[in-house]
Amino acid sequence: MKTTLAELKRGQSAIITMVETDAIPLKLLEMGCLPGNEVTLLQVAPFSCPMYLNINGSHLAIRKEVARQIEIELI
Amino acid sequence: MAKHINVSLIGNPNTGKTSVFNLLTGLNQQVGNYPGITVERKAGVCKLPRGVKAHILDLPGTYSLNASSLDENVVIEVLLNKKDKDYPDVAVVVSDVENLKRNLLLFTQIKDLDIPTILVINMADRMKRKGISLNIPELEKTLKTNVVLMSARKKQGLEELKQLIASYKKLSIEPCLNASSIDKPYFEGLQKAFPNQSLYKLWLVITQDVNFANINRNTIADASEFHTKKKSDLKRLQQKETIKRYQFINETLKQTQTIDVGSATGVRAKLDQLLVHKVWGYLIFFIILLFIFQAIYDWSAYPQDLIDNGFAWLSEAVKGQLPAGALTNLITEGIIPGLGGIVIFIPQIAFLFLFISILEESGYMSRVVFLMDRLMRKFGLSGKSIVPLISGTACAIPAVMATRNIENWKERLITILVVPFTTCSARLPVYLIIISLVIPKERVAWIFGYQSLSLMLLYLLGFVTALGSSWLLSKFLKMPNKSFFVVEMPNYKLPMFKNVAINVVEKTKAFITGAGKIILAISIVLWVLASYGPNEKFSNAKEIISQNQPQKSTIELERAIASQKLEHSYIGYMGKAIEPLVAPLGYDWKIGIALISSFAAREVFVGTLATIYSVGSDEDETIKNRMAAEINPDTGVPLFNLATGVSLLLFYAFAMQCMSTIAIVKKETNGWRWPIIQLFFMSGLAYISAFVAYQFLK
Repeated sequence: MKTTLAELKRGQSAIITMVETDAIPLKLLEMGCLPGNEVTLLQVAPFSCPMYLNINGSHLAIRKEVARQIEIELI
Repeated sequence: MAKHINVSLIGNPNTGKTSVFNLLTGLNQQVGNYPGITVERKAGVCKLPRGVKAHILDLPGTYSLNASSLDENVVIEVLLNKKDKDYPDVAVVVSDVENLKRNLLLFTQIKDLDIPTILVINMADRMKRKGISLNIPELEKTLKTNVVLMSARKKQGLEELKQLIASYKKLSIEPCLNASSIDKPYFEGLQKAFPNQSLYKLWLVITQDVNFANINRNTIADASEFHTKKKSDLKRLQQKETIKRYQFINETLKQTQTIDVGSATGVRAKLDQLLVHKVWGYLIFFIILLFIFQAIYDWSAYPQDLIDNGFAWLSEAVKGQLPAGALTNLITEGIIPGLGGIVIFIPQIAFLFLFISILEESGYMSRVVFLMDRLMRKFGLSGKSIVPLISGTACAIPAVMATRNIENWKERLITILVVPFTTCSARLPVYLIIISLVIPKERVAWIFGYQSLSLMLLYLLGFVTALGSSWLLSKFLKMPNKSFFVVEMPNYKLPMFKNVAINVVEKTKAFITGAGKIILAISIVLWVLASYGPNEKFSNAKEIISQNQPQKSTIELERAIASQKLEHSYIGYMGKAIEPLVAPLGYDWKIGIALISSFAAREVFVGTLATIYSVGSDEDETIKNRMAAEINPDTGVPLFNLATGVSLLLFYAFAMQCMSTIAIVKKETNGWRWPIIQLFFMSGLAYISAFVAYQFLK
């Protein structure tokens, strides 16, 4: 069972290992959501959606279903 | 040298691109729409050294040249089509010093387009605080461009930028990396098939939905010597391209940028902990809302009173100056009050946009979107719909304009369509008089009376209906909805006065010129319909009344004449004509007239009834008594009983009776289709619910 971004806890950081390209917007890739880059979960809204992340220096919020398409490795 | 040059400002959102634009052009700018679409087009003129004039175009903010919205499509079309009148002689890419890595992605793409390009690194005043230092000469060398360190806030770097724009012919048009190395055979084949075209442009035509020159996607697919790819392969290739560009950018920044994390201060993290907190975040948002509400609702009452009195005075003054006649009446009773009806909305609109632009400039708005997204999504809306829905309680017009922040067209359209359900301030006078007529004064419990509870219930009804209909619409509207929710959370910034001021002025101007024309036209039509009648019962009203009721005092006589005139004016006959239609709702022809005239604006209801029941509108008590005494000839019971009252309340709660809203919806959706659907949907709902309520309570 692979770990995805949706399972990240607040304050945790991870490295992105795989991105399901067909299921996520290109915009997210362009903001730096690419394999090898670091991601930190800064804040979550109630019921942990959306998630407020720092990806490769970009601060952005995404919904949980998109986060499920991004595989990570905890650091 | 050319007398004037075209300059395009391009950049990611939140880079201060608009601040740079405002700094270059000052108030010398025009805001409109691109032909055929609702994307805002901002252009301005800037004088450069040596007498050169520059036409500056502020292109919509975009993260890359891969378009996912109408706004971003505009950027690509302007940059690709050499025949476009906006095609730039020079492109100025604006970036934010704190987000340079991400901002440079767009820059490397622009560099592939054969356009002379300048890189502006904005917000340079924050470098010290964030511990960032840059090796500019090295950066210029690797990126093959000229870099301007700028601070729009401190007005630094402006002269240098103007100099560079003026000498654009010396700028490099060389790409800074070779992106085609991601799939050599593919791109070589492409170039072979179209030897005269820029490779990157061809690539954009293949992957985006744009055409330029005489090449479109199909002609490329038809080229025999070239093997096309499947859509999923193309997307993978796009991803590869992005990775390739990031590799280049990371390498470049490693050589040229140093960030001393120790000296950076983290205001952002501290503010975020409070502002998006699960409890405090919502509480703070609620307090901010109350404050905005108060301003729009309460503070704008003073300028509105002034405007109201001012136009009344103007009418009187003009009447005194001009000779009596139909033309004078048209001016003093039709045109001037019609203009007043437009101007009266200005304080509310200006206040609303003042707060919205402050919230946006400061970066807080993204936090609200973050907080509200989950809740609003249940109803087919987005977190961004919350602002328009709340401003709708003041007035639907600025609320519809405020939906421009929602990028997703489906979510934006639904928001526009349901916003008029929220209880706007124009419904309030109607609610107040009907509630006082038909709802008993007794208290239910403690300090709460039936009357105030009814009013609260009506406000709630507005919100619930808005959310319910958006849920319905989201189920029935079939339209491409592929924009995923990705919201950038920008840094907190102190709003710049100039940006806020320009925004408020532009939005207010757009309202006056756009909706204003239609309001004015319908006011005139309504005036004509109420001022003329088809037969002598109208034209001889004075004689008829004087003969029939000679015992009355002068004031009473005048009121009776006005009443007679209204009954036999065109609008009076229209009221009679629709009586069969409104009778099942419990209304007579007089209420019918009020309904017709309040199509223009709901608040006209009270005034029209006052005229019809021939009493002075300043004495609220008397209108109420007259209305209370009115007997329904068919049923023999008082006309304004509980059944009619509830029926009227529901009708006014749901019906689209505001030509200003229709006008603004037409403007924002670029056509009559949606305002007409909205009109029928809302009026249908109003009619059915009023009918059911009356028949049930009768």
